[in-house]
Amino acid sequence: MPDWFIEFPSEINLNIKDAIDKFIRYLLTNGETFFEGIKEVLKGFLNGIQGVISRIPWWLLILIVFILSWRTSRKLGKAILYSALLFFIGAMGLWPLMNTTLTIVIASVIISIMIGFPMGIWVSYSDRLDRMIRPVLDTMQTMPSFVYLIPVAMLLGLGNVPAVIATTTYALPPLIRLTSHGIRQVDNEVVEAAKAFGSTKWQTLVKVQIPQAMPTIMTGLNQTIMMAIAMVVTCSMIGTTGLGQEVLISINRLETGRGFSAGISIVIIAIIIDRLTQGIVKKGEAKIEQ
Amino acid sequence: MSNKKDIIFKIKNLSKLYGANKIPAFEMMKNGSEKSDVARKYGVTVAVNDVSFEVERGKIFVLIGLSGSGKSTVVRCLNLLQKPTSGDILFEGKSILKLNKKELMEFRRYKISMVFQSFGLMSHRDVLGNVAYGLEVRGEKKEICQTKAMDMIEMVGLKGWEHKRISELSGGMRQRVGIARALANNPDVLLMDEPFSALDPLVRRDMQFELLSIQKKLNKTVIFITHDINEAFKLGDLVGIMKDGKIIQIDTPEGMASNPADEYVENFINSADKGQIYSVKHIMQTPSCLIHSRDGVNYALKQMRDQGVSSAYVVDDNLRLVGILPLDNAVKVKAGELSFQDAITKDVLTTEEDVYISDLLSVAATAKYPIAVIDKENHLKGIVSKASVLSSLV
Ligand SMILES: Nc1ncnc2c1ncn2[C@@H]1O[C@H](COP(=O)(O)OP(=O)(O)OP(=O)(O)O)[C@@H](O)[C@H]1O
Ligand SMILES: [Mg+2]
Repeated sequence: MPDWFIEFPSEINLNIKDAIDKFIRYLLTNGETFFEGIKEVLKGFLNGIQGVISRIPWWLLILIVFILSWRTSRKLGKAILYSALLFFIGAMGLWPLMNTTLTIVIASVIISIMIGFPMGIWVSYSDRLDRMIRPVLDTMQTMPSFVYLIPVAMLLGLGNVPAVIATTTYALPPLIRLTSHGIRQVDNEVVEAAKAFGSTKWQTLVKVQIPQAMPTIMTGLNQTIMMAIAMVVTCSMIGTTGLGQEVLISINRLETGRGFSAGISIVIIAIIIDRLTQGIVKKGEAKIEQ
Repeated sequence: MSNKKDIIFKIKNLSKLYGANKIPAFEMMKNGSEKSDVARKYGVTVAVNDVSFEVERGKIFVLIGLSGSGKSTVVRCLNLLQKPTSGDILFEGKSILKLNKKELMEFRRYKISMVFQSFGLMSHRDVLGNVAYGLEVRGEKKEICQTKAMDMIEMVGLKGWEHKRISELSGGMRQRVGIARALANNPDVLLMDEPFSALDPLVRRDMQFELLSIQKKLNKTVIFITHDINEAFKLGDLVGIMKDGKIIQIDTPEGMASNPADEYVENFINSADKGQIYSVKHIMQTPSCLIHSRDGVNYALKQMRDQGVSSAYVVDDNLRLVGILPLDNAVKVKAGELSFQDAITKDVLTTEEDVYISDLLSVAATAKYPIAVIDKENHLKGIVSKASVLSSLV
């Protein structure tokens, strides 16, 4: 039996690695000013958010979480639990790191909304666009998250700014998908009614389709936020500061306790944000439901 | 006194085909082929086939026919929610097919409005917000929207309900909102596509009476669709009966009853086979107990207890049907004898909205649970119980 029958023949050697590397290098040499520009803008954006967040007194944030969880769940136990968990993060001495992580998450989510929401609306209007973009979104979502880090790090270097780009890219798909899905599934008779009363396309969109789709859109936003939190942690590999970096450091130094405290803090943040946004979704659904 | 009629709508040789291969299909149809042959050869549905009629101002014109005969398509052409394939529609002597985008918008805002079978209400707005919708989109001042909308709410007997959510209203009240919304714009013509079909018989009679008295008061032209011959004869000044996309006879109720054009009309008047008149969408209900696959067994049990039913319909996040969770299985899950996934029965009897009741009879007779109504993508649209299938036939 010839060798090539079992072993993959080494003569077949399609080298796309080089091509991709070349492409990135090409971008790097020719788009320097462009990437520098993006970097500056994002840096300003991040600093702005950081400025706001770091000025919020710790007790106020806990109070806000308390009130919001009370208002969405109507359960005192939950409200107390979430506030206590948040207090716990501070008690572990991780409050400043949490602020850094939150800053990057918030920045990424805001950019995701600015891109994903209009894009989702656009996709909902065209079946062809939907067919085209679906595999792209699938790929984006199944690609191991740290693959995004390589090109981003090459083009923008290390630190928190490239983290925002990588996080946004990774967290964007569910928002696009669910915005589009939400608008498509609005009861056709309701949309027809809007048209029959002489609504313009814009009026139909703003007065009927978006409000009706809001619970689904919020579900997408919830997923986007969750993915952003996960990604910010991964981004520590390209030198992003915050809780993720703390985990990375403790892995390198085998400091289990330190790693766990940071890990638990991340979980707490994720749980609180998840429950709060889901609470909002549930309330919205109750409103829309017939 | 002049005998000349004041014709508000004149429909001339209207045809509407659905599908990709319209041109050859249209030729075939014009040469007199059967609707079913055209469908088989080109995959094109001939929904409306060379229909002509006139509607006099201030009268109620009723279109009646079996499910799928093209009634909805005709009225949807009158405000151009559907674009006719051929023919012409004249409103006050002018073709509405020649209106540009802006003129069409004006036409819909001031001249014509519509009432829908499942109400088409916007659940994110309250009653007042729904009734004021048409005024709002045409840019009326807020106070005017409010006062006009309030007048209409009062007229349909919903005073005191203006700040209620739509979900708080009964079916009859919802359709009153639908009618108030359509009247608030003070249109010349009211299109009503089976507005009372979703209501139970008693409420329905009230609403018919209400419509007649409103029409007396406001003198609107109404184009009304129904598949109920009694309703047609009760409301219509003129009744047009449709079959396979064609109008077979137009006459006054008395004229039609005493002088049916053919056997089909005669059968219709005798309402021989109700199973062929109603399709699933006319009798389906919202499932009272619906759970998401991620909700878990405790929630499912609570729902079943609250609703007093012995099974729950399980859907995924996109409202696609997963299966049925029977109560005894749910109890077993709770006791740890069965996993949640295994407890869900996957072989659920399903049907689609457009199936005739008569075709559902044999299935319904053997069904253990209500039959699930799904669309092509397996989304759960509603359920049909054995009782509702049988009671629709008597
Ligand atoms: N958007 C569409 N695309 C393709 N076919 C359609 C569409 N709308 C209606 N049809 C088809 O056109 C035919 C006429 O439908 P239409 O809804 O006008 O009937 P109808 O008389 O109103 O029936 P029903 O009593 O069930 O409401 C049917 O065969 C239907 O399947
Ligand atoms: Mg219809």
